[in-house]
Amino acid sequence: MLKLTCPYCGIEADETELHGGGEAHLERAAGGAGDSELEQYLFIRSNPRGVHFERWHHIHGCGKWFHAARCTETMEVFGTYSAQTLRPPENTLSEIKRRRPNWVNA
Amino acid sequence: MSTRLPTGGVLVDRNKPVRFSFNGKKMTGLEGDTLASALLAGNVRVVGRSFKYHRHRGIVGCGPEDPNGLMTLGTGNRLTPNQQATTTRLFEGLSARSQNHWPSLEFDLGGVVDKVSSLTPAGFYYKTFIQPRRAWKHVYEPLIRQAAGLGRPPRDRDPDLYEHFHAHVDLLVIGGGISGLIAASIAGRAGLRVLLLEQFWELGGRTPVDVEMLGDEAPRDWIAERVEELNALENVHLRCRTCAVGVYDHGYVLANERVGEGTGDEGELRNRLWRIRARKIILASGAIERPLCFVNNDVPGVMLASAVRDYVTNFGVSPGDRTVVVTNNDDAYRTVNCLVRAGLDVPMVVDARPVPGPVAAEAKELGVNVVSNRAIANVEGTKGITGVSVCSQAGEGTVLERLDCEVVAVSGGWSPAVHLWSHCSGRLRWDDTRAMFRPDRTRPPLASDGEEQMVVVGSANGMLQLDKVIADAAEGTVTAVRALGGDADPGFLPEVAVQSESPASPVWLMPNGMDLRTRAKAWIDFQNDVKVSDIELAVREGFESSEHVKRYTTLGMATDQGKTSNINGLAILARSLNTPIEQTGTTTFRPPYTAVPMGAIAGKARGSLFKPTRRTPMDAWHDANGAYWEPVGDWRRPYCYLQGEESVDEAVRRECLSVRRSAGIIDASTLGKILVSGPDAGRFLDMMYTNMMSTLRPGRCRYGLMCNDNGFLMDDGVVARLSDESFLCHTTTGGADHIHGWMEEWLQTEWWDWQVHVVNITEQFAQIGIAGPHARKLLSSLGGMNLGAEDLPFMCWIDGQLAGHDVRVFRISFSGELSFEVAVRGSEGLELWRKIIEAGQNFDAGVYGTEALHILRAEVGFIMIGDETDGTVTPQDLGLTWALSRKKEDFLGKRAQERSYLTSPDRWRLVGLLRVEGNTPLAHGAYAVSSENSEFGHTRMIGRVTSSYYSPILDRPIAMALVENGPEMQGTILEFVEKDGRVRAEIVDPVFYHPSAAARN
Repeated sequence: MLKLTCPYCGIEADETELHGGGEAHLERAAGGAGDSELEQYLFIRSNPRGVHFERWHHIHGCGKWFHAARCTETMEVFGTYSAQTLRPPENTLSEIKRRRPNWVNA
Repeated sequence: MSTRLPTGGVLVDRNKPVRFSFNGKKMTGLEGDTLASALLAGNVRVVGRSFKYHRHRGIVGCGPEDPNGLMTLGTGNRLTPNQQATTTRLFEGLSARSQNHWPSLEFDLGGVVDKVSSLTPAGFYYKTFIQPRRAWKHVYEPLIRQAAGLGRPPRDRDPDLYEHFHAHVDLLVIGGGISGLIAASIAGRAGLRVLLLEQFWELGGRTPVDVEMLGDEAPRDWIAERVEELNALENVHLRCRTCAVGVYDHGYVLANERVGEGTGDEGELRNRLWRIRARKIILASGAIERPLCFVNNDVPGVMLASAVRDYVTNFGVSPGDRTVVVTNNDDAYRTVNCLVRAGLDVPMVVDARPVPGPVAAEAKELGVNVVSNRAIANVEGTKGITGVSVCSQAGEGTVLERLDCEVVAVSGGWSPAVHLWSHCSGRLRWDDTRAMFRPDRTRPPLASDGEEQMVVVGSANGMLQLDKVIADAAEGTVTAVRALGGDADPGFLPEVAVQSESPASPVWLMPNGMDLRTRAKAWIDFQNDVKVSDIELAVREGFESSEHVKRYTTLGMATDQGKTSNINGLAILARSLNTPIEQTGTTTFRPPYTAVPMGAIAGKARGSLFKPTRRTPMDAWHDANGAYWEPVGDWRRPYCYLQGEESVDEAVRRECLSVRRSAGIIDASTLGKILVSGPDAGRFLDMMYTNMMSTLRPGRCRYGLMCNDNGFLMDDGVVARLSDESFLCHTTTGGADHIHGWMEEWLQTEWWDWQVHVVNITEQFAQIGIAGPHARKLLSSLGGMNLGAEDLPFMCWIDGQLAGHDVRVFRISFSGELSFEVAVRGSEGLELWRKIIEAGQNFDAGVYGTEALHILRAEVGFIMIGDETDGTVTPQDLGLTWALSRKKEDFLGKRAQERSYLTSPDRWRLVGLLRVEGNTPLAHGAYAVSSENSEFGHTRMIGRVTSSYYSPILDRPIAMALVENGPEMQGTILEFVEKDGRVRAEIVDPVFYHPSAAARN
């Protein structure tokens, strides 16, 4: 059972306090979007073996959404950060690079 | 025969007899006994029957590895099946029954399967019961179900208590043997918060039985000192009778503590499930001895060598007068020494190794006959051993010698108990010199920071000599303690001389060239009856992966999870495949390590605590006035109110007619109420709803639809604009929490720069619906506000006072009738409800429940989320295009609804249905079938009933359905498939009933 630190309330929360929300940093296809843009948004997920950016909801806690960078293979957590951003913050990226030197952000 | 020895037994108190019963027979054991040791002391050799062939089964082990001693304990509502005799502590009045036999343990009709076992090898079920097809349902399945399963579940409700306990520690030590005690001592002295778990009720593990001296002390004294020291430390907790059963990500561990035995009064605490979060885990789970595979190695009396000396030393029980010891390693000679010292006879030690090493010479000095390069050719006897025959290990089984004995003590070497290491991706490697799968400490389970989460030490790490065990435990713990920032000092460790053992030789089959026919009598998995021949058959039939062979043969799939059988089975598999065992690998180890009662998993979450029920402020009134309850989301709501002797159907009919003819009153408090406010509230709701909400004027209401971004309808409800910057959004009863979360999600993750605040105020208000021709007169009679058609037009709301209560009155309708919804502070809900009920008496008004609500809405063609929708239905499918804004560039679901699949004219769309014949409602969910088959010759389904009721006002059944091209087929008669045949219904407009305009206004 994972534990993740909520960046809003600072609590190191058990997975039972949280609710997963799938891949982070997806771009919503708004009204008027093309077919491939819509397909990308609704159905295409990276589903990597390794570094993954994902959304989590502190549902039985402070109620805030946040993002986590996690290795899907080893369950290591590289960092958690605000959901109100379009890309992972630099300190999270550098932590990933430190522990996964060969990792390339797709 | 097995019996209690005149002396010995360090764990039992010979002055304290304990009475118990086995299969109804009264027996006596001693305090400190396990059920298994007490049975052996009472000469009970046969303790059960095997799963498939119903062969006689005796005790093999002395702990959770024992595959055979499965018992049903207790009676009535305290009955617990599948308990291990070896891990059950004897107590006064214990009632145990053996399992898997009929009519009795001694005479079991199921034993006939054993006589035809050559006809029932692995995969027998798959091959035999497949033809003829029809026989499966009526013959095979009922028969197999009768034979399947171990034990019988209790019939009565468990009266006892179970609880969960959360613990957070720096270091969790799993295992209270010498390694675990060393680990806890080092970490405890370093000041870390330490929890040590031991599955037995005694600490010390195998050391007191297997070791003579620990430094200059007797092992028991050294252990007692450690325990005393640890108990004095406030930062250390030792828990016996607590078995760690599962290791999960990031240092989460589940452990099952056995607190009570079902002996006390009903309601005693039986099990405590520990939910532990540890910064680091030391795994000191020890090792499990392996049996050897020879012919008839399952006859009661064939026991693990370590278990034999455990019974003699710990319980003072002799498993039998004459014990032949069979081994491939030095360790079994400890059993020889132990037996000889206890005055028991060891007629022969059969050592499979060509050169047994110095221990053999020592045994010979004791006068024991040791033969090398020998094997067991056969074990004689069925309910107990009468003798064995001996052959050459290198040969094919030609009998060289025969001797009488009652016990065969076997040792095939030791396997580290790696289960908990493997639960969370710890890797294993094959150690050729030790002939075992060992944890690979370079690839441990990882913590969230990527560092090692678990350190494995001692015999769990493959160390089998005392000096190496101690050094390994100290080294591993020091590493872990330092990683946690502690200062480790292993200065207290005993000095132990370097020990040497001759290597074990891997012996997987005994003798090595065992005759093909006899391999069908060489057992690997005693509980599930998997034999050497079964694995070889699986290989011949093309199975190669250990995971496939496991499932095909059921190897290791019994309740013991293959603790004794896995490695032998894998080795036989590797041998059959002609590949090295490291390539075969192990099967996956999964939690739990030992069985956990369902009660412990549930803990306190049962009965009324399983799921809290939400109740409205008027709940008590409903309950006192005949409410017939139904669950709606987490709420309970009256389905209808029963009066006198009437049936549910009659009550629903009465309530419907009351609304249509006079007035009805309903508790609508459960409807979701979400307050959305802020400068961007209108813009936000324009995205949330398919309708345009930003143009709604304050004081007005609008019915709105919410879709997800896949375009499918998810919720509906009336939105009231309270002011320029605030809206009150009503949701469905079940949808309130979800929709609140949904709004929060979009505000937090997509439009976080919009100034909107969302709050769920569902429980702050009670809401009362009044519907029917007399609704206005009824409400007005309460006094306090004008509710005329000009004061409060349809789809408007006003604030005011009714009968002295501050209220907000909405004029909205879900029944087509003149209708009001009155919102009042939750705390005043019951009082206002009573006043409205009382006032209603003058207007022939009655209360109505959810079923009448549903019928009334269906009569006027309103959809219900969850009936007409199932997550794959769009507003367009339901003919709700009028609620879809054409002006807005975007709203959730808009773009997705433009997909070709969702705009296809062939989609199933909403229609009404009237039965052509018959007077009962169509079956909910019944499918309409086309008269023409599909291109593949299958029956083609073209529609489905989504709502179906008997309409009291129309006095006929009505239904709504989604039908392919439905709205274009008005007047068409469709056939629906029901249980008793096909019924016909005509497609009509979904609005069945039109209240008069005068009544509505």
